[in-house]
Amino acid sequence: MCGIVGLHLKAAGREPDLGSLIAPMIDCMGSRGSDSAGLAIFSSPLPPGRFRYSVRLPEPGVEAQAQAGARRLAEELTAATGQPVECERVRPDGVVLAAGDDVDRVVEELVRARPGAVVMGFGRSLEIVKDTGSPREVCERFGIADRHGFQAVGHTRMATESAVTIDHSHPFAPTQDLAVVHNGSFSNPSTVRRKLEEEGITCITDNDTEVAARLIGRELSRGGDMHAALKEVGNEMDGFYTLLVATDREIAVVRDSFACKPLVVAETDEYVAITSEYIAMTSLPGIESAHVFEPKPEEIHVWQR
Amino acid sequence: MAALATSSTQELGPITGTSVILDCEELSTREINDALRGLEAGSHVTIVHPSGRHNLAVGLFEHLDIVIDGHAGYFIGGLGAGPDITVNGFVGWSVGENLMSGTVRVRGGASACAGASSHGGTVIVHGSASSRAGISLKGGTVAVGGDVGHMSGFMAQAGTMLIGGDAGNALGDSLYEAVIYVAGEIASLGSDARIEDLTQDDVDTVRRLVELTGFDHISPEDVKRVASAKQLYNFDALKGQEY
Repeated sequence: MCGIVGLHLKAAGREPDLGSLIAPMIDCMGSRGSDSAGLAIFSSPLPPGRFRYSVRLPEPGVEAQAQAGARRLAEELTAATGQPVECERVRPDGVVLAAGDDVDRVVEELVRARPGAVVMGFGRSLEIVKDTGSPREVCERFGIADRHGFQAVGHTRMATESAVTIDHSHPFAPTQDLAVVHNGSFSNPSTVRRKLEEEGITCITDNDTEVAARLIGRELSRGGDMHAALKEVGNEMDGFYTLLVATDREIAVVRDSFACKPLVVAETDEYVAITSEYIAMTSLPGIESAHVFEPKPEEIHVWQR
Repeated sequence: MAALATSSTQELGPITGTSVILDCEELSTREINDALRGLEAGSHVTIVHPSGRHNLAVGLFEHLDIVIDGHAGYFIGGLGAGPDITVNGFVGWSVGENLMSGTVRVRGGASACAGASSHGGTVIVHGSASSRAGISLKGGTVAVGGDVGHMSGFMAQAGTMLIGGDAGNALGDSLYEAVIYVAGEIASLGSDARIEDLTQDDVDTVRRLVELTGFDHISPEDVKRVASAKQLYNFDALKGQEY
């Protein structure tokens, strides 16, 4: 069992509230999974040509030491990449860097400067937070309730098919401004993983959701729209899934043909809320008058900004 | 599948026994169920602010009149043997699961597995129910005013389903002795399910259920009777021989 939550704010004025709205939602879904938790937070985009990198460092340090370490890292990467690199945020697990959009170059120099560093996600709007532990602990540790943004998706994990590590936890964010969370279990991830590898797309874990995320990423990178990308998941992948997928432009859901895993959507003039269970959205303002429904099997729903 | 419709607050009937209000904002689910278990038969209870809370009013053995005033979560009224429960809102998965007797009435819609495995009693859903409604029914009654989702009545062994709207794919797959009445369209029948001629007994059964539920949009003479063709009852060693 796992829990998924998503919140897509339609009204720009609510952006300062994103964190305080999503934190109780993901906390509530701790009942469906408490070994790991993660969030993708989408906030104001960086200028064209600039990406945000969510970097986990092997030795992030604490307080002043972490601040100084982050500053030093930004300076080193500025010199190494020949483009300005700034530290946007120092986190308990590392840093969020603003750097150029040559991802391969930035990652190469980052890993050279700090061996063992991991980029968990990148893009103009996207920041990835994920860790082992309960969603409440993770939200408190990363100060989620104070975060601004226009959209977030989150996941609470009860691992059934691969190890409990930060790398195995959701969201998976393999391409620019893409985040995927999943409740369910795929039955043919190895087959699809091998197919992707033949195309040069490599998974970093043996997690089944990572395969689906990379498949969606491949489709979107090829210029396909979200609807087509999720259709391709249905074509290629077998198993039980409720997938919640977000980019900087949209949020989308799809369930397998048996609708084995739960999903509830609530829509108001102000937001679209998506959760495994209705109870996880009852903390939202105006939920009493929201249009609440369950997506049918294989129905693809996409909400765009 | 379920459109989880909201419904207006139902007025309480005449109060003769103890009358109690339990507030989900003040009490845990366990405290609420313990309080319900401590009430004398005939008590009237209103559970307020359910806000999608799971497992409310489960495993109760006395006759109680319980109103859950709002939307509720999973397993509402499950394992009950006595109470009459009304939910003024929608419910999540498995409402009235394994019900033994009594009634669970949902004024809104229900998510998946409504009335799953119920042995007796009646689960009434005024809105639509999602997939697998009445799955593995063992003698209870599941009545849905609106539509039901795919694989409803799957492996239902005994009891009755009444569907006031349309049925999704694979209705009544691998049915045993349960009978399903459908007023609307059937997307597809499941394996070994077939439509049979309606008898006077069937019409009488449906009329009784229409009176009980208040689903007067259903015309008892115009429903389809879905039952088992009984071709899957026994393993046929001579059939096919290709495994």
